[in-house]
Amino acid sequence: MRIVVDYDLCESNAICMAIAPDVFEVRDDDFLYVLNEAPDEDRREAMEEAVQRCPKQAIAIEG
Amino acid sequence: MRRSITIVGASLAGLRAAESLRRDGFAGRISLIGDESHQPYDRPPLSKQVLAGDWEPERAVLTPAEKLEPLGLDLRLGVRATGLDVAVRELEVDGVPEPFDGLLIATGARCRTLPGTEGLEGVHTLRTLDDCLAIRAELDAGANRMVVIGAGFIGAEVASVAVGRGAAVTLVEALPAPFARVLGEEMGAVVADVHAANGVDLRCGVGVSTVSGVPGAMTVELVDGSGVDADLVVVGIGVVPNTDWLEGSGLTLDDGVVCDPTCLAAPNVVAAGDVARWTNPRTGESARVEHWDNAVEQGRHAARRLLTTDEEAEAFAPVPWFWSDQYDRKIQLAGRPNPDDEVRVVDGSTDEHRFAAFYGCQGRLTAVLGMNRPRQVMQGRALLEQGAGWDEALEVAAEWG
Repeated sequence: MRIVVDYDLCESNAICMAIAPDVFEVRDDDFLYVLNEAPDEDRREAMEEAVQRCPKQAIAIEG
Repeated sequence: MRRSITIVGASLAGLRAAESLRRDGFAGRISLIGDESHQPYDRPPLSKQVLAGDWEPERAVLTPAEKLEPLGLDLRLGVRATGLDVAVRELEVDGVPEPFDGLLIATGARCRTLPGTEGLEGVHTLRTLDDCLAIRAELDAGANRMVVIGAGFIGAEVASVAVGRGAAVTLVEALPAPFARVLGEEMGAVVADVHAANGVDLRCGVGVSTVSGVPGAMTVELVDGSGVDADLVVVGIGVVPNTDWLEGSGLTLDDGVVCDPTCLAAPNVVAAGDVARWTNPRTGESARVEHWDNAVEQGRHAARRLLTTDEEAEAFAPVPWFWSDQYDRKIQLAGRPNPDDEVRVVDGSTDEHRFAAFYGCQGRLTAVLGMNRPRQVMQGRALLEQGAGWDEALEVAAEWG
């Protein structure tokens, strides 16, 4: 599983960070950083939640 | 075992509900009925990127066709639910009765209009894609003086986009400050300052007496006797829930469809999104919540409720959250402040329009406000979910600096 963020869409609402702080981090520069682009399979449910809850639908899961 | 589910309302809550049913393994028929002819689209960009002209409308689509198709939905667009009889489990669509098995009501809300302006060509509201494109067309055609009535989400964002397009904007708000009802006057004043810093002529604490004229030559008279000339007028004074079609249905209507804490409105009938009124056990407050995130979460919760027995049903108890993009500022609020709450800035500075603030009452944290502070708001939201105390929250915030 690979996490892909479309940075043209991302508006740094930080919802994903609230769901999975081990994978997503919005820093003080207001940009989102993906801390782990290939999370373990046991994080899939949280990743799907992040995809669903992103107000900009800027997150995709590949694989 | 439920065989089919009918969802009335093909916007955010309705579509996310349908998607969630499939994800949860529901294999029966799902009918999704919407009165707009467009493919289901997302509304926040209508007062932002689409109005600005940065996005074409297609980009605001909620779920692209290639993801929608595998769900096998019976998508019926451009048709309207016109009646309901809960007792005999019958829906009426464009006047034709049809039985339902499980029903999810997500008909949303429509704009409140300013009395006396109905039918005036130069006066716009903004809720639908067509509304957005009508305003955009006027701006494209050279309209550059705009009066916005109401400094809530829609008004503030429209003002922001219009300023970005070079228009001269007068923003009229009846309350003493923008967002005063939601944020209180102190933080409302900070929002007012942001508008002023971006060149908006903000008139607070004053109502509108009349609006007259034709597109390109409108006049808005205020109750203080002043008048403002404009090419076009946008009214953003709130919404009313779309429940007219439910009169006589057997459901309880009171500023929305009244639901129990699990989103159930009647046996086999649930409601979600702007139209649904329920008591959130977290706050004990019976209310409708008009935020984007609530439509997503409540749509999913209500959909699951239709597949759950009464014994297993869970209450819907979210921490409300919204965001609003105005100029280059992102305003986010998690939780629900009370009018008399203590407000404390815990990070950044209001002068720089970049800060996080806590609202508290009786030793509890009630809400977290951020201006360009998304990380802190989301951490604050987690504190609200845990029911954090005021002192505990301050300790967490002390580490932000």
